[in-house]
Amino acid sequence: MRPYWAIVQARFRMLLQYRAAALAGLATQLFFGLVRVMLFDAFYRSSTAPQPMSYSETVTYLWLIQALLLLLPWGLDFEVRNMIRSGTVAYELARPTDLYWLWFSRSLAMRTAPVLLRATPMFVIAALFLGLQPPASPMAALAALAAILGAALLGCAITTLTTISLLWTIAGDGTARLLGTASMIFSGAIIPLPFFPDWAQTALNLLPFRGLMDTPFRLYIGHLPPQEAIPAIAHQLVWTCALILMGRAILGRSLRRLTVQGG
Amino acid sequence: MRNSLKLYLRYLGISIRSQMQYRASFVMLSLGTFLTTAAEYVGVVALFDRFGSLRGWTLAEVALFYGITNIAFALSEAWARGFDTFAGMVKSGEFDRVLLRPRSTALQVAGQELQLMRVGRMAQGLFVLLWSATALNIPWTLGRIALLMAAILGGACLFSGLFVLQATLCFWTIDSIEVANTLTYGGVEAARFPLTIYRDWFRRFFTFGVPFACVTYFPALAILGRQDPLGTSLWFQSLAPLIGFAFLLVALRVWQFGVRHYRSTGS
Amino acid sequence: MQVLVENLVKTFQIAERQPGTWGAIKSLVHRRYRAVRALDGISLAIEPGELIGYIGPNGAGKSTTIKVLAGILVPDSGRCEVLGRVPWRERVAHVRQIGVVFGQRTQLWWDLPVIESFELLRDIYRVPPSEYCRARDELVAMMHIEALLDTPVRQLSLGQRMRCDLAASLLHCPTLLFLDEPTIGLDAISKLAIRDFVLRLNRERGVTVILTTHDMDDIEALCSRVLLINQGRLLLDGTLHDLRARVTQERRLVVDLLQAEAIQDADATIIRSDGNRVHLAFDPERIAAADLIGRIAARYAIRDLYVENPPIEEIIARLYGETEG
Repeated sequence: MRPYWAIVQARFRMLLQYRAAALAGLATQLFFGLVRVMLFDAFYRSSTAPQPMSYSETVTYLWLIQALLLLLPWGLDFEVRNMIRSGTVAYELARPTDLYWLWFSRSLAMRTAPVLLRATPMFVIAALFLGLQPPASPMAALAALAAILGAALLGCAITTLTTISLLWTIAGDGTARLLGTASMIFSGAIIPLPFFPDWAQTALNLLPFRGLMDTPFRLYIGHLPPQEAIPAIAHQLVWTCALILMGRAILGRSLRRLTVQGG
Repeated sequence: MRNSLKLYLRYLGISIRSQMQYRASFVMLSLGTFLTTAAEYVGVVALFDRFGSLRGWTLAEVALFYGITNIAFALSEAWARGFDTFAGMVKSGEFDRVLLRPRSTALQVAGQELQLMRVGRMAQGLFVLLWSATALNIPWTLGRIALLMAAILGGACLFSGLFVLQATLCFWTIDSIEVANTLTYGGVEAARFPLTIYRDWFRRFFTFGVPFACVTYFPALAILGRQDPLGTSLWFQSLAPLIGFAFLLVALRVWQFGVRHYRSTGS
Repeated sequence: MQVLVENLVKTFQIAERQPGTWGAIKSLVHRRYRAVRALDGISLAIEPGELIGYIGPNGAGKSTTIKVLAGILVPDSGRCEVLGRVPWRERVAHVRQIGVVFGQRTQLWWDLPVIESFELLRDIYRVPPSEYCRARDELVAMMHIEALLDTPVRQLSLGQRMRCDLAASLLHCPTLLFLDEPTIGLDAISKLAIRDFVLRLNRERGVTVILTTHDMDDIEALCSRVLLINQGRLLLDGTLHDLRARVTQERRLVVDLLQAEAIQDADATIIRSDGNRVHLAFDPERIAAADLIGRIAARYAIRDLYVENPPIEEIIARLYGETEG
């Protein structure tokens, strides 16, 4: 538990030092969000056909995307990647701690600070000035919060899988990018999932990625009533467990392979 | 001037050769960027499917904007990479070495790296553009094609100028890497769609502030043969890409100013 | 006069990091700066063909001076002329005529074979092909790097890389060469090779060399003239002899006795004694070396003895310490 807090604190401090970058990141996302909102605004004005979400619901969804964007398993953990490249990962392997959980909790810790530092001001600004609606009901708010925690765990499972795949060099690079891209697209971060064509919705519902953004956002908006929270969060957790098991299995194989080769 | 061009081409050759050493990785990365940009476009198609039109613009027309912007941006991502990673150069003291060489600093930084993997985005832009060209009902005259090229090149210059400005900030503070990302990536987002869908103040910023509109919207209007609801003339629309070139020249001037500042405050 | 410096002043503003998490939040709103006087009125003059050693503790202002002379840093005030130019005013023209080697960072391209780095530098410096070929062949022969030319720089050992870096810095035939810690981290053989090369460069080709180093053996082997800087001020500008004399006139007599015994002499103090070997310190003003030797040899059974100066490191350390206060 303590190393987790240590990392969280260190990241907080580091991020606060780079104040210009923090503000700039916020500004970038505000800009992006605005462009997206304007785009949808234009679309809504072009047609009176019924849409999967109302305009104000869509706007809320879009701003939630910006607030929680850093939760997505997009980038790579550069430190670990460099460790792997330089071979110092051998030190990690020699430790008695469970490497999977080490990397998992590391990815959780690395996320906590940036997400909180970005989400808080973004949420406040969007709620006050840019059309982010309050949650549909107190129950909806609770459900959304629970789902966000689920999303964080799910994201970590995916990130850890990505990190593990780095042990397989070239294939690793590709897997990392593919998982990252898939997370972006199928979580609803690029286009809110409800807007995907109807025939795609079943597939989207099966994939794990919707748990990253779409599930918590829909709960927040009330699109998914609070009763639906249980199955939705269960979906997140099932996939999280599956990915954890997958990750552990692959890691086990990687380590055996490495010790046989490396010696 | 010719010697500088020769030097720049030499830099590029070196960069390409060293990236070709990691061929498999290059293929992976290019595929990755292609898929990401393709996914974004597919999202747009999905939205058109639901909404039918975008304030009177059809998908084929929007695809024109989309294609031009993506190709232009991919070009600048590829050749202005040195400016994108400039913060690292300043941090490591590598820029001091640049100053110790009897050549333009901008040339040396630009020649650092030509990122080949950006071909992924360029390919996507090309597909979209080609589809748009066939789907649109316009005669592709030499003039139109020339204007298309000019728009793409002008756009590439504009985006490169933004990368240069972003790098220039590193002379003042290392940790403002993300500042220009706001404009660069945000601008790409916005320039992919016709200007008319945005609010007034946004439009003004995009025309007079950072002139994205001049390298996508206006020339595209001329190509489409459409009347500009904002009232610009055909002449302006055809010459607008030049503003992209001018922007790059201004950015390079600012760069020189930044170099002067670096040299008086040290690192 | 090749290098002329008058009253160079340079102050840096350093942002102060406030400690702890609360400090980090505070620094979001208000940054505090501290002024550091890196150069506090430096004046010096260097003639063509000199081989100068530039020493001082870390943070004394050495690299700042070099950066100003190289033209990459603009001073706050003062006058400076190198090879007839103000370095920072005419950067391109100035830089074309100087060579700079940093011991810690290579100027070669990491992934490229050495020869390709050379060719790239030829294009960057616009060296005419015939001149380039001549310079390259001479330098390759002098530094013995023929076998290394096709190796990528990242595969070279430190000593090999240093030789290539030196050769690279001279491809455009500069008349003034700045060397910043060129022997740092090198093994003994490489150090000797580098020193030999620098000496030949200076004696045979007349290249003016300004050498920044912490290695006092470099200074002893190469430099006829030494500049000592500390806290932005030039404290010494003279020969090594002047340097020593500034600290102490003391000299050392090292005696190897046939059997261990205590040496006593009115004019000498024992510094150290390990078994048969005794180190004595004496002041040549009080007693001439020859006289002391005569006395010791007469009174004790000697196997061998020699006279030396106090180690230069000791001199330097005392000088640094003295000037700190």
